[in-house]
Amino acid sequence: MGFELTQEYILGHMNYWLFSVLMMTGLYIVVAKGNLVKKIVGLNIFQTSVFMLYISTGKITGGTAPIFPLDMEVDPNVIYSNPLPHVLILTAIVVGISTTALGLALIVRIQEEFNTIEEDEILEIERAIVLAENAIHGDSMGGRA
Amino acid sequence: MAVVETTRVAMTLYDHLPVLQVLVPLVSAPLIVLIGSRRLTWSIAFTASAVSFVIAILLLMQVIDGSIISYQIGGWAPPLGIEYRVDAANAFVLLLVSGISTLVLPYARESIKSEIPARHHTLFYAAFMLCLTGLLGVTITGDAFNVFVFLEISSLSTYVLIAMGSYRDKRALTAAYDYLIMGTIGATFFVIGLGMLYMATGTLNMADLADRIADQGANRTVRAAFAFIVVGMGLKIAIYPLHLWLPRAYTFAPSAVTVFLAATATKVAIYVLLRFTFSVFQPKFMFEVNTLEFIILPFAILAMFAASFIAIFQTDFKRMLAYSSIAQIGYMLLGISLLTETGLTATVVYLFNHGITKATLFMGVGILVLRSGGSFYNRIQGMGKTMPWTSAAIVIGGLSLIGVPGTAGFISKWTLVEATIEKGWWPVSILIVLSSLLAVIYVWRVFEVLYLKAPLAGTNYKEAPLTMLIPMWILALSCIYFGLATDVTLTAARAAAQGLLAGSAGMF
Repeated sequence: MGFELTQEYILGHMNYWLFSVLMMTGLYIVVAKGNLVKKIVGLNIFQTSVFMLYISTGKITGGTAPIFPLDMEVDPNVIYSNPLPHVLILTAIVVGISTTALGLALIVRIQEEFNTIEEDEILEIERAIVLAENAIHGDSMGGRA
Repeated sequence: MAVVETTRVAMTLYDHLPVLQVLVPLVSAPLIVLIGSRRLTWSIAFTASAVSFVIAILLLMQVIDGSIISYQIGGWAPPLGIEYRVDAANAFVLLLVSGISTLVLPYARESIKSEIPARHHTLFYAAFMLCLTGLLGVTITGDAFNVFVFLEISSLSTYVLIAMGSYRDKRALTAAYDYLIMGTIGATFFVIGLGMLYMATGTLNMADLADRIADQGANRTVRAAFAFIVVGMGLKIAIYPLHLWLPRAYTFAPSAVTVFLAATATKVAIYVLLRFTFSVFQPKFMFEVNTLEFIILPFAILAMFAASFIAIFQTDFKRMLAYSSIAQIGYMLLGISLLTETGLTATVVYLFNHGITKATLFMGVGILVLRSGGSFYNRIQGMGKTMPWTSAAIVIGGLSLIGVPGTAGFISKWTLVEATIEKGWWPVSILIVLSSLLAVIYVWRVFEVLYLKAPLAGTNYKEAPLTMLIPMWILALSCIYFGLATDVTLTAARAAAQGLLAGSAGMF
């Protein structure tokens, strides 16, 4: 009995489990990786997991593709899947692509200006800039800037 | 006959005001890119922004008595179709957003000349108008998923606008990148929350959502949705521990962009939080009361003190104001967490008054940067003598930031203190006053730098151009006006608070 419950718990919610795993994988990459491109990849995985969450909830057991016959005579016995989450996710996919494109464009500009796309190296360059600023502005401010 | 015809056209146009509010700036953005002429682009942007400001005034006049305008996009009836819904709360925010953008555009014209290469000016205006579109859309829509779409329109254009600061300082690029990562995580959390709401209720129309949640009560899915939405919006609002993107983004963005973002973007995000906390979810749910009292309230108070402390130790005027913004967001969240009508009124008034106050101050910074080339205190010292008009407006803004009586800032803090006393939380009232004293310190430092220090040797800065001074003075004078004529803002804010607290009952 207990085993069946767990099996139901795991298999019956398979899409949610996969969603959680994928989401956490993506989020982990965003946080843990220092390479800016890898961060964008992580962000993509993170967003894709949400697409999966939406699309899988639109599925109805035994349901078919939500396309009505040409003569519009809908058989009431046929079950259709819910198309609305799919439509929503089309919008979200467009948003995701735009975000990725913009992120990559920013990385190109960062590479041009900083000559690196590794986070720790960028931080070092920025720290040097702050130190230089402090040298100029700090002295007249009593040494702290 | 012809007269009748024109009135009928006017009537229908009048009926279409809610969609025109968003459509006018939206259409202007591609128009600017397509026309591409540098002189014309500014005029198009300004006209579109001014038109949407007029529309916002007309809308507010229609709903100030507590009525609601429901506009069905394409004639599809809600809850299936997308609905634009205007009540006092969002009409007030629409007015703030479109008003600030109409004032920022004349200012931006001079300001970006020295900050962005001329070949990118058309794209700057296009991105600016898209950002405006997004913010107006988030505010006006009554459809939860539509909020996400408009939120991303405004966010994506915001990242571009911030990155345009890279011609002055290359750190603008990494600031924009950081914001992109954080903002996208926030928006994705928000959309996960919406997905869960859809799973639990099968609808996305806010009024319909409110009804169905009220009917079925809170289950675990609804609670999880609430958590995701609060965290997602929290990233956009810059609630204290989620604020890390804000100081860098505000510091390195072009001056005009900082003015616009500081006055509108976080305010719109707070409005969305208000809308979801009070209209979609019911404040009577225990999980919501707990979240507000045990999570939002402590973080709000922490923000008021921690961010103010950090602001005191800044040596860069612009960065100081950015930290002060985080502290001020704390006050607004405090008003929400009280869960009373006065508390909500305080938040809405605060939102508006802080918008105009911060816009004044950031405009002042932009002018100082234009003349001196930097906003570090030792770069701008003594500029009170060489640029009296600019500095005087900064003083007014600074006083309003502290909350000195006679300024807009006083009204918002007063209402907030009143709300905490009414709730019986007098220790919180004392904390509000104490943290305001911290504001006195960091604002006083600026006054000292501007007026009491000698100007740098060999510098003799000219006063700012009129196109920048006039918008700043309009804002500075409105800081005083709304500090004296409190009826206007308080009436609108109270109507907004009542509308929000009425929840779904007020929506149908």
